[in-house]
Amino acid sequence: MASITREEAAHLARLARLDLAPDELDHLAGQLGVILGAVAAVADVAAEDVPPTSHPLPLTNVARRDELRPSLGQAAALAGAPAAEDGRFRVPRILGEEA
Amino acid sequence: MSVDATVSTELPAYEEAVAGYEPVMGLEVHVELGTRSKMFCGCSTAFGAEPNSQVCPTCLGLPGALPVVNEVAVESAVRIGLALHSDIASWCRFARKNYFYPDMPKNFQTSQYDEPIAVGGWLDVELGGQSYRVGIERAHMEEDTGKSLHVGGATGRIHGAEHSLVDYNRAGIPLVEIVTKPVEVPADVAPAVARAYVAQLRDLLLALEVSEARMEQGQLRCDANVSLRPRGARPYGTRTETKNVNSLRSVERAVVFEVRRQAAVLGSGGTVHQETRHWHEDTGVTTPGRSKEEAEDYRYFPEPDLVPVAPEPGWVERLRAELPEDPASRRRRLQTEWRFSDLEMRDTVGAGVLRLVEETVAAGAAPQSARKWWLGELARRAREDGTEPAELPVTPAQVARVQSLVAAGTLSDPLARQVLEGVLAGEGGPDEIVAARGLAVVSDEGALGAAVERAIEGNPDVAAKVRDGKLAAAGALIGAVMKELRGQADAARVRELILERLAP
Amino acid sequence: MNDLVHRSAAELAAFIAHGDVSATEIAQAHLDRIASVDGEVRAFLHVDADGAMAAAHAVDDARRSGERLGPLAGVPVAVKDILVTRAVPTTCGSRILDGWVPPYDATVVRRLKDAGLVILGKTNLDEFAMGSSTENSAFGPTRNPWDLDRVPGGSGGGSSASLAAHLSPLAIGTDTGGSIRQPSAVTGTVGVKPTYGGVSRYGLVAFSSSLDQAGPSARSVLDAALLHVVIAGHDPLDATSIDAPVPPVVEAARSADVRGLRVGVVRELGGEGYQLGVEQRFRETVDLLASLGADVLDVSCPSFGYALPAYYLIAPSEASSNLARFDAMRYGLRVGDDGTRSAEEVMALTRGAGFGAEVKRRIMIGTYALSSGYYDAYYGSAQKVRTLIARDFERAYATCDVLVSPTTPTTAFRLGERADDPLAMYKADLCTIPANLAGNAAASFPCGRSPDDGLPVGFHVMAPVLADDRLYRVGAALEAAFEQAWGAPLLDHVPDLAGARPASPRPEVSR
Ligand SMILES: [Mg+2]
Ligand SMILES: [Zn+2]
Repeated sequence: MASITREEAAHLARLARLDLAPDELDHLAGQLGVILGAVAAVADVAAEDVPPTSHPLPLTNVARRDELRPSLGQAAALAGAPAAEDGRFRVPRILGEEA
Repeated sequence: MSVDATVSTELPAYEEAVAGYEPVMGLEVHVELGTRSKMFCGCSTAFGAEPNSQVCPTCLGLPGALPVVNEVAVESAVRIGLALHSDIASWCRFARKNYFYPDMPKNFQTSQYDEPIAVGGWLDVELGGQSYRVGIERAHMEEDTGKSLHVGGATGRIHGAEHSLVDYNRAGIPLVEIVTKPVEVPADVAPAVARAYVAQLRDLLLALEVSEARMEQGQLRCDANVSLRPRGARPYGTRTETKNVNSLRSVERAVVFEVRRQAAVLGSGGTVHQETRHWHEDTGVTTPGRSKEEAEDYRYFPEPDLVPVAPEPGWVERLRAELPEDPASRRRRLQTEWRFSDLEMRDTVGAGVLRLVEETVAAGAAPQSARKWWLGELARRAREDGTEPAELPVTPAQVARVQSLVAAGTLSDPLARQVLEGVLAGEGGPDEIVAARGLAVVSDEGALGAAVERAIEGNPDVAAKVRDGKLAAAGALIGAVMKELRGQADAARVRELILERLAP
Repeated sequence: MNDLVHRSAAELAAFIAHGDVSATEIAQAHLDRIASVDGEVRAFLHVDADGAMAAAHAVDDARRSGERLGPLAGVPVAVKDILVTRAVPTTCGSRILDGWVPPYDATVVRRLKDAGLVILGKTNLDEFAMGSSTENSAFGPTRNPWDLDRVPGGSGGGSSASLAAHLSPLAIGTDTGGSIRQPSAVTGTVGVKPTYGGVSRYGLVAFSSSLDQAGPSARSVLDAALLHVVIAGHDPLDATSIDAPVPPVVEAARSADVRGLRVGVVRELGGEGYQLGVEQRFRETVDLLASLGADVLDVSCPSFGYALPAYYLIAPSEASSNLARFDAMRYGLRVGDDGTRSAEEVMALTRGAGFGAEVKRRIMIGTYALSSGYYDAYYGSAQKVRTLIARDFERAYATCDVLVSPTTPTTAFRLGERADDPLAMYKADLCTIPANLAGNAAASFPCGRSPDDGLPVGFHVMAPVLADDRLYRVGAALEAAFEQAWGAPLLDHVPDLAGARPASPRPEVSR
């Protein structure tokens, strides 16, 4: 069930925003197939009546008061930015949602 | 005919479009909650601050930072659900919606997926004396994104921009997304029902005091899903989702446009594509979003940094008991209290000024006066500005103050309009404007008397006619006094003074 | 006192408190040691000499002015470079964060500073803590002080090596699937993964949020306990942090009493694939516990065999989402922004260039496991296995107070030996992963050297949620008995790093 084609690997890489060289993609596709083959064993024991656990502790309702805490301030917020302009993060053009 | 006609005159008229098809709508409204701090961190939600001045490691998505839920946001979401007659989940979770976008600091949105806080319910929408029940599918909690400015393009839009500038102040502001069930109402009222739904939902949110719901500030945003099916058919047609329809008027216009466009497509034998479309306020058309080579796969999974929300039943019942009055009974009560006729009430509700009138009355104005301002002068101004009365920069308290100055004789109606103009122009409150523009009616009897004397002296012929009993001639003298006092006098009192002096 | 670097944290703290040695002298001694030997070991990615000396001065000043000092005030500590430190670079062992200087401190770091500990610097790790050898660091591997041709374990190999090489008496690690315990085992040091939620994750750069847990490492059990109480306890900034008192770990470390303690040997964690020398030392240690008065019994945890596959679905899934934020927009590396490329392209180029092979593998696996159509079979099933494992633990703890196993199936392997064989590498965490999946407390304590290669072996102890103190009772009892038997701590046998490296024979593995 778990052989990964190059196309599937390329699709995953696009979803994950990873630019991969062709040989890297081939190598990864092979390894993913092997790893997924090994981990697919979980399905063998995952019976219908077993509830999933997403968190190790059964905590609920942890919330904070609606109170202000100090923000970083513009200078500190932008200090790590690869590029900034006019108090904002400067990023490359965003591919249109608008036509 | 072009499928994506940008010239709406190419399209069939709405009446023509719905002759053969029935529209089905689905409305998704995002409400920014009016909490002091953000959904998952202690940064301020105040609007209009310096860019990136209200951010912290959490809402900036810095490595290592963690979210903690704002309890007031959860309470607001529960109250919204209760007011919409939804079932409040006894246990629900946050989930991560994974997709990359530069205005989203973590490249996932913390939202809710298959376990929303509120499920089912309805809102009864009144329109033209009729009530339409809009079913609610769900309401869930999530966080807002940052805001991008697109630089370099001619239009300031994404298209053609060379780069973008991102401000994350808005990122992490709590949102509640309210999703309707498919809305199937008669075609002739469908767009108006969509608009009325959003307007009345906004009224509900204001009554709940969970949001200021100002559409022009993006605190209330609507996505409109529209599909057509042949008249009499059961299955739904393919829908489009028009994003960011951000005024009441636009909600109606966008639905009308999509119905006309889709009817044109179907009528010419084409197929409607399931897609995201963008609304253009200026041209009144929708255009398709960037086509994606592959369907989005958001890879939702339970947010591991947050624990489940399990609203305690006793607490939920307490919130239910404390809910403000149901909108329909509120309307009935107010109509009785205000002694409005059915027509007056319908107009007030229809214009979306019910709450404004109510607040103006609460601030001391007589109901009919409050109604007169909001349905008259202010509604006209809103229409001129392409906005809604509620979005005008004037508060009910200010309107009430203006009305009280009129009632006290300090302002005449024309002066009151000038004062409101000043308020709308941002010159300050009514009293400041009265003082600054020197607009008060001259009620100093000495000054009035002197002006009257001058008018009589300056117009001896007219004065003589009045003395001879031709009282209608007094109008010219009143006019002269008003002219000298730049309108700032009570015309009735001026008339009295003139007649006193010229009594035979 | 020129052997300051060989002293325990407890001893150093006492020196400072009594005014025998200043915190400044102690900090300087450790900085000198780092300068002389870390060129070979490469435990540190960043040494914060100025910050350390300033912190040490502050402790000395406080002492002189009669202020009450915390029990570890003035003691040096090394911090894994996945906990953010204000104004001190934090890389997570990744090129993608190269040059980033955090504007805030992790809660663990804040608590270290508040307690007067002296942070020497940031230690090396597998990139984003993904690995079991520290070879996945973008800045080159750390070497095992016992044998410089071998790995120090991972992901926290920098922290474990800094202890074994006497560069620091204390270290902070993080453990998602064994990243504190396995490095401790292969370097002969003590490493504790507290109960999930026992130590705040705020400022711990997330790999797998539902598994990550920071914890103490040291050369002695008492030192680890003293460090444990400094960093543990409820944090309102971490919604998954437990709002309950910290278990009495220091008292437990001092009691060292295992009489009547019910010790369960997990049948499934041994046998095929385990190095014979490791199994031998493990069995001897179990016997030792019995001789110290513990009740030893066999227990079965049948679902543990599925822990590794479940882990390699859950951790990559969460990681694929947690690591999405590294996108070249707000901080860190940006590649390919030549004015023509879109944000989307720059994101992909940066992530392609900035992440190493193992991180990419896991992001790809996680992306796959969460995809529509595969979610139920992979991620969904893994979550069910998690339930089964928790049930196994519950059943075992009904009859046992603690569970034990080897920490990892082998001693330290050679650099490069498993480099491009992910499945072989993943097996290093076979015994440690179940505790992460269930949120239990667990620890590794040195239990001697494997007779076949002379390298350290770790003894793994697991305890129920919030029963962290039981780990320390077992660890301290073993430590006392071993030191009496050996005449000296295990780490006294670490080769002099200036000297020749002993060649070691290949260990035998049972088939
Ligand atoms: Mg949404
Ligand atoms: Zn914030």
